[in-house]
Amino acid sequence: MTLAVCVADVTKRYGRIAAVTGVSFDLGKGEMVALIGHNGAGKTTLLKLMLGLIRPTCGAIEVLGDNPAAGQFAGRRYLGYQPENVSLDAALTGRETQAFYARLKREPVEKALELLEAVGLDGAAARRVGTYSKGMRQRLGLAQALIGRPRVLLLDEPTTGLDPELRQTFYEVIQRLAAEGTTVLLSSHALTELEERAGRVIIMNRGIKVADGSIDELRRLARLPTKIRLKVSGLETGEAPAWLPTGAPCRRLNGHIVEIDAAPDQKIDLLHRVTAEGTSVEDLDVVPPSLDDIYAHFLKSTEAP
Amino acid sequence: MNAAIVACKEIRQAVRNRWVLAATLLLAGLALSLTFLGSAPTGTVGVRALDVVIVSLSSLTIFLIPLIALLISHDAIVGDMERGTMLLLLSYPVARWQVLLGKFLGHLTVLAFATCLGYGLAAAALLATGSRIDDDSFAAFAAMIGSSVLLGAVFIAIGYLVSALARDRGTAAGVCIGLWLLLVLIYDMALLGLLALDQGRNISAGVVNAILLFNPTDVYRIFNLTSFANVRMFAGTAGLAQNTSLSAPALLAALILWTLVPLGLASLAFSRREL
Repeated sequence: MTLAVCVADVTKRYGRIAAVTGVSFDLGKGEMVALIGHNGAGKTTLLKLMLGLIRPTCGAIEVLGDNPAAGQFAGRRYLGYQPENVSLDAALTGRETQAFYARLKREPVEKALELLEAVGLDGAAARRVGTYSKGMRQRLGLAQALIGRPRVLLLDEPTTGLDPELRQTFYEVIQRLAAEGTTVLLSSHALTELEERAGRVIIMNRGIKVADGSIDELRRLARLPTKIRLKVSGLETGEAPAWLPTGAPCRRLNGHIVEIDAAPDQKIDLLHRVTAEGTSVEDLDVVPPSLDDIYAHFLKSTEAP
Repeated sequence: MNAAIVACKEIRQAVRNRWVLAATLLLAGLALSLTFLGSAPTGTVGVRALDVVIVSLSSLTIFLIPLIALLISHDAIVGDMERGTMLLLLSYPVARWQVLLGKFLGHLTVLAFATCLGYGLAAAALLATGSRIDDDSFAAFAAMIGSSVLLGAVFIAIGYLVSALARDRGTAAGVCIGLWLLLVLIYDMALLGLLALDQGRNISAGVVNAILLFNPTDVYRIFNLTSFANVRMFAGTAGLAQNTSLSAPALLAALILWTLVPLGLASLAFSRREL
C-alpha cells in the first residue's frame, strides 16, 4: 500500500453552503504536505472528513485502507490527529490522559509516557490538564498524536501556541517521522515555517483546491517575479540606473537601494547586466517569491472572474 | 475492551469531580434521616422498621435518582462535543457505540456505588440500633436497591438520548428537566385526574396497567410497593399501585426495556451525528 490517504472528488455541503467542492488528492507514504488556506477555506472540513467525523455529500475517501464515512476504524490505530483547539478532560492529569489514549490505541503505556518528556511536559505530567496553559495543552495534543509511531499524521494548526524552541523540536520530530515513512498532512497559517519543510503544498480557497504541488512547481506555475535588491552608490533621487533595460519594473526603496521585479526568464539577463563592469552596484540580494507570495497569487487568480 | 477503557476514564473523572462523593452523601443523608425520622409516625418502631423505610425510601428514590441520573447523563455527548473532547476521542480506533456504552457503564457504576452505599448505610444503621430485621425485609430492601439502580440506568439512557439529539448543552439540560417533571410529577397527576373524571366507566384496569408501563417511575413504584407482601402492608396509600396485576418479572422487564430502547436510540442518533 503506497497511498496512505486517497480523496476522490469529495464535496461536503452544509445545507446550501458548500464547505468543500470537488476536491481530489492522494497522499503517498512519507509525504509531508502543507494544507494552506484562509479560515473557512475547508481545511478543517477536509481533516474531519478523513477522520469520519462528518460524511461527504458525494465523493469517496480512503484513509489507511478504511472508508471513514462508513465508520470503519481499524486503520485509525496508525493515525495520529491533533485538533486545532486541543481540548482534553480537565479532571485528568497529563499522564492519565496520555495513558488513556495509549490504551485506546493498544500501545504500551510506558512508551507513550516517554513522549511527554519529548514535548517537554514531564514536569507537569502529574498536574491536572485543567491547570495547563494553551501551549501546554498544545504539547499534550502533539504527544497524544505521536503515540504508537503513526503512519498518517493529521495536524490542524499544530504550531499555534508553541514557543519558537518547541516549534523547532516539533518540526524535527515531524521531519524524522516523515523520513521514516509517515505521511504528514499539516494545515497551517504559518507559511514561512512551512516553506523550507513541506515537500508539497495544497492551497485551498473557498472549498476548492486551487493549487497542488511542490513549492518549486508552484513557483514555476505562478510565474512570479524574483525580487533583486541592489545597493547602488552615487545615484541621484528620481534617477533610474542607466544600465537597466527600459521597462523593467523597479522601485527606489530609499537613497541607494533599488528593487527590481525580475520575471523568471529575465532573471539571469538582469543579473548579468547588474554585475557587469562599470555599474555602481555595491551589494545585491536575490529574493525568490516566498510561499506567502505564491499563496496570495493563487488566491487572487481564482478570485478573478 | 474499548468500552471498558472509556468506562474507567469516566469513573475516574466522576471521582475527581466529586460527583461520586456528592451523590453518595446526598443519598446516604436522606436515607438516614428517613430511617430515623420517617418511621416515627407509623408507630411500628422495631420489628417492621425496614419495611417502612422501603416505602419511604422508594418514594424518595423516584424523585432523586432520576434527577441525579439526568444530571450526569444530559451532558455526556453534546457536552463533550461542545468542549471538543469528543473530536479527539473519535479520531481514535473506537466505534461511537463503544464510546456510548463505555460512558453508560461508567456512569451506571458511579450511580450504583452511591445508591448501594447510601441506602446500605440506612440498613446498617437500623441494625446497629438494635432493630430486628427478618429475611423477607432484607430481600425487599435488596430488591429496592437493585431496582433503584435500574431506575438510574433508565434515566441515564434517556439522558443520553436527549444528549445525542440536542443541539447544545442548554437545550439538553432544559429538555431533561422537562422530562423529569413530566415523568416524575405530571404524569401521575394527570392520570389520577383522568381516572377521577372517568369514574371507572371507560378506562379498564388493563388500560391503566398499560398506561403505567409507559412511565418508568410508575413501574419502579409498583415494583417496590406491591412485590413483597410485608411491604404492601405499609403502602396502603400508594393509590394507583393498589389495583395493578402486573407481576414483578414483568415490571423488571419493563425497566430493562426502558433502558435498552433509549440507549439503542441514543447510539443510533449519535452514530448519525456529524461534528
